[in-house]
Amino acid sequence: MTETIKDRAKASGPNRTRGPRSPGSATGKPKRPSPNANRTALARIKRDRMLLLLALPGMAVVAIFHYFPLLGNVIAFQNFQPFLGISQSEWVGLDNFDVIFNGDPRFLNALANTLIITLIQVLFVFPLPLALALLLNSVLSERVKRGVQSVLYLPHFLSWVIVVALFQQVLGNAGMLNTFFREHDMATFSIIGVPELFKLLITSQVIWKDTGWGTIIFLAALSRVDMNLYEAAAMDGAGAWRRTWHITLPAVRSVFILLLILRLGDALTVGFEQIVLQQGAVGKAASEVLDTYVYNNGIVGGNWGTSAAVGLVKGVVGVVLVLGANKLAHVFGERGVYSR
Amino acid sequence: MSDITVTRSNLVFGRPSLIARGGRAVVLGAACLAVILPFIAVISTSLASQEEISRAGGFVFWVTDPTFDAYRAVLSGGVVTRSVIVSLGIAGVGTALSVLCTIGLAYALSRTSMYAQKPMLLAVLFTLLFSPGMIPMYLVVKQLGLIDSYWALILPVLINAFNVIVMREFFLDLPAELMESAKIDGAGEFLVLTRIVLPLSKAVIAVIALFYAVAYWNSFFNALLYINSPEKWPLQLVLRTYVVNETPMGVDDLAMEGSSLPPQVAIQMAILLISVLPMLIVYPFIQKHFTKGLLIGGVKG
Repeated sequence: MTETIKDRAKASGPNRTRGPRSPGSATGKPKRPSPNANRTALARIKRDRMLLLLALPGMAVVAIFHYFPLLGNVIAFQNFQPFLGISQSEWVGLDNFDVIFNGDPRFLNALANTLIITLIQVLFVFPLPLALALLLNSVLSERVKRGVQSVLYLPHFLSWVIVVALFQQVLGNAGMLNTFFREHDMATFSIIGVPELFKLLITSQVIWKDTGWGTIIFLAALSRVDMNLYEAAAMDGAGAWRRTWHITLPAVRSVFILLLILRLGDALTVGFEQIVLQQGAVGKAASEVLDTYVYNNGIVGGNWGTSAAVGLVKGVVGVVLVLGANKLAHVFGERGVYSR
Repeated sequence: MSDITVTRSNLVFGRPSLIARGGRAVVLGAACLAVILPFIAVISTSLASQEEISRAGGFVFWVTDPTFDAYRAVLSGGVVTRSVIVSLGIAGVGTALSVLCTIGLAYALSRTSMYAQKPMLLAVLFTLLFSPGMIPMYLVVKQLGLIDSYWALILPVLINAFNVIVMREFFLDLPAELMESAKIDGAGEFLVLTRIVLPLSKAVIAVIALFYAVAYWNSFFNALLYINSPEKWPLQLVLRTYVVNETPMGVDDLAMEGSSLPPQVAIQMAILLISVLPMLIVYPFIQKHFTKGLLIGGVKG
C-alpha cells in the first residue's frame, strides 16, 4: 500500500489521464547524481531550510486538522462526556458498536437509505457526464460547444443551500412551475416535501448540479484522441458507431473506471449537506443517511460514543472499499487510482 | 479554424443526419435552459413589485416595471448585510491564506531533492483517502477553542490536498532549466519561487484560488457546526433560514425605517441572487483557465 502510493507519487501523479510526456519534461529528465549523496540529515535540513519553511504552514494544517483528529476516534470506545473530556471518560470497550452489530433500527434505516441512494446514483447519475461529454464532443461548432460548456459548468459552483433553495422555488407547491400551471389551468404536481419522492428529488438535484462539471475530465480525455485513428478507421470502412465503439470509448475507459473506483470508495457518503438541508421537510425515515445519523445522534443528540463508533466503521469501510475497487481494477487490467 | 473542426467531427461521427443534429440541439438546448431559466425567474421576481407578484400569482418570469426595493431592504444594514460582510471576509482572508499555504507546500513538494519530501507528499496524498470523521473533527475544533470563532471556518479547510496535488503537478511540468539557470545566477529557492515559478503559474493559481474562494463562500455545514451565535452567521446560514426554511423577514431583520416591506418572495429572491452574484462575476474570467489549469493536474477528486 505504502509502496504503491509512493510509486504513484514518484510517477508524479495520474499519468494515464494525460498525454505522453515530452522527453524533456520533469519526470523524463536524465538521471543525475543525487544531490543528497554523502550528506547528513542535519546538513540537508540546513540546506533545505527555505523549502521546509515554505512547506511548514501547510504541513501543520494537515497534521492538526487531518491526522491529529484521528486520535479522537478513541471516544468510539468510551462513554464520552464532553465535560469530562477524553482522559476522564469511562472506557466501555466495544459497547458503542452494539448499534451496528445488534442492528439498531435507526442505524439500519440510515444504512439502508445510504445504500439505496448510492445504488440509484451509481446507476443513473454516474454515466450521465460521459453521455453528455460524447454529445458535446460531437458538436460541430467550437463556439457553440464552448458556450454550452460555460453554462453547464456553472451549477457546480453553487452551494447546496442555493441549489436546494432554487429547487424549492422552481418545483415547490407554491413554486414557479406550479404557479405557471395554476395560472394556465393545468394540473399541478408536488415533489418537494414528499417522503416517497425524496430520493428522486435529491438525485435530480445531483444531476442538475454536477453533470456538466463531470464532463470536463471526459472531454479532456476525448480531446487527446489521435485524429489519425479515426481517419484510418474511416478508410477501412468503419461506420460512425464502430468508430465510437472502438476508438472513442476505449479512450475514456480508464478515466471512467478511475472515477467509478472513487465513487465506490464514497459509497457510504451521500450528499450530507444536501440532505441535512431538506431533512426537516420529509422526516428521517426517508432521509436519514449515515452521515446525518452521526450528526443527529452525536452532535445534536449527545450520544458521542455510538456516533463516533459509526463514523469510525464508516471511515474504515470507505478505505477498504477504495482499496478493494482498485484491486478489482487491477484484475481487469486497469491502472486504478494507484499503480502496483 | 471552423474547417478543421468540421472535419474533426465528421471523422468522429460521420456526416451527421438532420435528425441527429436536431436531437443534439434539443438535448443541449434543454440542458442549458434548465440552468438559465431558474436564474431569469429569480432575477425577475427579485425586481418585481407587490402588484406584479400578486398579478402573477407568486413568481414573475419577466418583470415589466423593475424596482430595487428588495435589494435596498436587505442591503440596508440588517441580517443579510452583516452576513454578506462576514462571508466576504471569510472568503477573502481564507482564500489568501489557503493560496499562500498551498503554493508553499506544493512548491516544496515539487522539489524532489528536499529533505523528507517523500513522507510529506505521502502524508498529503493519504488525506484524500480518508476523513477523520465529523465527531473527532468537532472535538479538535472545540479543544482549540475555535467554537463560535470565524477561524473555525478557515483553519480546518485551509489546505485541500487535491489543490496541492494539482499545483504541484503544474510546478513539476515547468521547464527545470529555467530554475536551474536562476540558481546558477545565485538565486535562492524563495527567489526562484517568486520571480520564476509564480509568474509562469498565473493560470493555475487563478483556478485554485477560485476553488478555494468558492469553497469558503459556499461553506454551510462547518458554519452550522461551529458557529453558535446568529449574529456571526455567514450568508449561507442566513440563506437557509430565510429562503430554504422560509422564515419571514421582519422589520428588525432588515433594519428598515418605515413600515412598507417589499414582498417576501422578492426579498428571498434578492438574497438568493446576492449569494450567487460573486460567483457570476468571477466565473467568466476564470472559466477559460479550467481546462488549462485543472486538467494538467489530471484527476478531479
